[in-house]
Amino acid sequence: MTTTQPEPAGVVPTAPQASAAGRPTRTPIGSASRILLVAAGLFVLLSLIATVTDSPDLTSSGTFGASLRLAVPIGLAGLGGLWAERAGVVNIGLEGMMILGTWFGAWAGWKYGVWWGVPAAVLGGAAGGLVHAIATVTFGVDHIVSGVAINILGGGVTRYLGSLVFTADTGGSASLSPGVRGRIGTFTMPFLSGGDLFGWQTPDILGRIERWDWVVLSDVAGLGRGLTRDVSYLTLIAIALVPITWYLLWRTAFGLRLRSVGENPTAADSLGVPVYRFKYIAVVVSGALAGLGGAVLSIEAARVYREGQVAGRGFIGLAALIFGNWRPGGLAAGSAFFGFTDALQLRDPGSVHALLLFVAVAAGLLALVAARRGVLLRSGIIFVVGMLFLVWFLVQDSVPAQFVAITPYVATLLVLGVFSQRLRPPAADGVRWRKGEHT
Amino acid sequence: MTGWQRIFYALLAPAAALVAAIAISALVLGLSGHNPISAYGDMLEYARRDESIVSIVNRAIPLYIAALAVALGFKMNLFNIGVEGQYRLAALFAAWLGAEVSLPAPLHVSFLLLVAVVVGAVWAGIAAVLRTWRGVSEVISTIMLNSIAVGVAAYLFRTYFKAPQREGSLLESTEPLPASARLPGFDLPFGDARTQVWGFLFIAIALGIGYYVLIWRTRFGFDLRASGANASAARASGVNPARMILFTLLLSGAVAGLVGMPQLLGSTFKYDNAFQAGIGFTGIGVALLGRNNPAGMAVGALLFSFLDRSSQILDLQDIPREVVAIMQGTILLSAVVAYEVVRRMADRAEVKAAASRLAETRSGPGGLSPAGAGGTA
Repeated sequence: MTTTQPEPAGVVPTAPQASAAGRPTRTPIGSASRILLVAAGLFVLLSLIATVTDSPDLTSSGTFGASLRLAVPIGLAGLGGLWAERAGVVNIGLEGMMILGTWFGAWAGWKYGVWWGVPAAVLGGAAGGLVHAIATVTFGVDHIVSGVAINILGGGVTRYLGSLVFTADTGGSASLSPGVRGRIGTFTMPFLSGGDLFGWQTPDILGRIERWDWVVLSDVAGLGRGLTRDVSYLTLIAIALVPITWYLLWRTAFGLRLRSVGENPTAADSLGVPVYRFKYIAVVVSGALAGLGGAVLSIEAARVYREGQVAGRGFIGLAALIFGNWRPGGLAAGSAFFGFTDALQLRDPGSVHALLLFVAVAAGLLALVAARRGVLLRSGIIFVVGMLFLVWFLVQDSVPAQFVAITPYVATLLVLGVFSQRLRPPAADGVRWRKGEHT
Repeated sequence: MTGWQRIFYALLAPAAALVAAIAISALVLGLSGHNPISAYGDMLEYARRDESIVSIVNRAIPLYIAALAVALGFKMNLFNIGVEGQYRLAALFAAWLGAEVSLPAPLHVSFLLLVAVVVGAVWAGIAAVLRTWRGVSEVISTIMLNSIAVGVAAYLFRTYFKAPQREGSLLESTEPLPASARLPGFDLPFGDARTQVWGFLFIAIALGIGYYVLIWRTRFGFDLRASGANASAARASGVNPARMILFTLLLSGAVAGLVGMPQLLGSTFKYDNAFQAGIGFTGIGVALLGRNNPAGMAVGALLFSFLDRSSQILDLQDIPREVVAIMQGTILLSAVVAYEVVRRMADRAEVKAAASRLAETRSGPGGLSPAGAGGTA
């Protein structure tokens, strides 16, 4: 998706180097250590604000655990988007593919047991991806158009199948499946969070530290405990898929070819890369990942299929992808952030209010950094936004639930508006490409 | 290409798409143990009833307006996916403000329409400004704005716009519009349907004509089509691309604001949680099906609303009515595929024709003539 379009649409990017111009030395996301430092700083800030505003749930292990569970479906959808868009195919059909995943996962989970639901959901999503690939790659249909059609189709197919399969005598209905059989197990880290080790219950060290209620230290323990306690195996698989995707796409010849197809298909073609085949692989994998994200929703979180369960998470995944600048680490961070706001809203709506102060202070700091770099306009905008949040924090004592629900979308729009010049989508993202047509 | 050939290729694609969609849906019905032929027969029979005809026309009106809004953007390669959010907010504001003020009838209706147009344009304006000022793709921003609109509408509705709930009523809604703000309907000229066609039909037709005139008969429309067909050529000829994008998106949003109006002014007279959603997305399908042509989109809107209406009879036959959603999806997907395939066929035919003409002129006494060699579809 050509997000940064200085030119009106219709201009075919021909020069691969063109996008590298501008800031050759600094990539939009800097070195790993810098990111870690910023993340640690933000965490300390969060911890201080939790103390100052007396909202301990802001950094409790329960909140972080819930954030992880909520972030996983978003992250899987985002990873799906990453695969497709890195190969130059925009996939806004993620939502429809996730819907297919929820349905097929719940269906197989109910029929054959919960773990059968996982491959079924993956295949269901992949089928959606295959349709998208056939339409966009073979027939050259506009990517957005095909995605819209798949979203309509995903809802229609599942509703139809639901009314055929989940009949009244199975205890379900067209829009509600019977419960899945069995459960996805969970894992708790021994010693750190009190998991079992060969039948011996180890001490819950992080839990103890969390209860001390020391600034920062207890909050760090809360984070650690939230991420290591009662984590489902499906979540572990999903988390593992982030580094696996990074490795496959950025450290193997396969990944280099796949990304080259998304940057400059004509050049890739001239070097003998089978462009169509790579696009097909990428889009089918994209659907499979979205389907897995659907499985997390239906067979793990709700343990049934319910119509409307996906509730726009495919689009939030897309938002996370853009938020994360089309990089696996970035989109994981974006999903974590979106999952965090969701979790706060569900657990303790009051603590969302404290988050306003966090945003205000963080924006103030960001404005300072921007001012020191001399980008005064951006600094000013960020500062004003931060002040607005501060006023909001002071004037009202709660944040309406609807506003929390739209946080991911607003955040993405802000990121696009402020950082659009530094975002770097694949150069040939969304471009219809036919072998031999572009010379 | 001769005129007849052109018409043949133009009609080939929708016909092929329809056949493909009917075949795929028949397959789906057959696989689930239903007789597709009797199902289709029932649908056609049901749609011929007078009440059905009224309902089909009424349902087609908002679809058609949504398609017009999308098509305005398409004509210059802009993708306004945000019709959904634009019309939801517009309908909410119109319903609320319409019940707040009191005006004589024609003024009151015009005021409501004005509110809807302005709200739709403002919401689309956010995407327009982000696109022209920061280069943010309108596709992404309108997707995000759709979801934001849902949240903002829910918040405004619950906190400010909702009428005090009546005793024992579970349905929350805005205050109903007074009689002066309602648009009268009319009876079908034939038959004896108990329901009425919405008066908004005439506004929709006027919008369609306005769209045609604007796009094909004005300077602005020419610039717009030129920017869509070849952005750099248009710029070279003095068209300001940023201004064109801004105007087009604002206009598209203004039209999109009207999508909820037929229902609001013609049947529900209030906004509630059940206010019809999804027309924006179906409208994209209608615009694609009709190829941004005002008449073609009218046919597409009628087709989709025919499917919606006739799905009701399937329920009585114990066939899940959801098969209609599959039909709509397949029609849309096969239509875009068919257009692409037919475009390639037409291109090939043209190249072939040009080549043979070239061969003729070469062998003839006049020597080489450049005419006929250029130009693609």
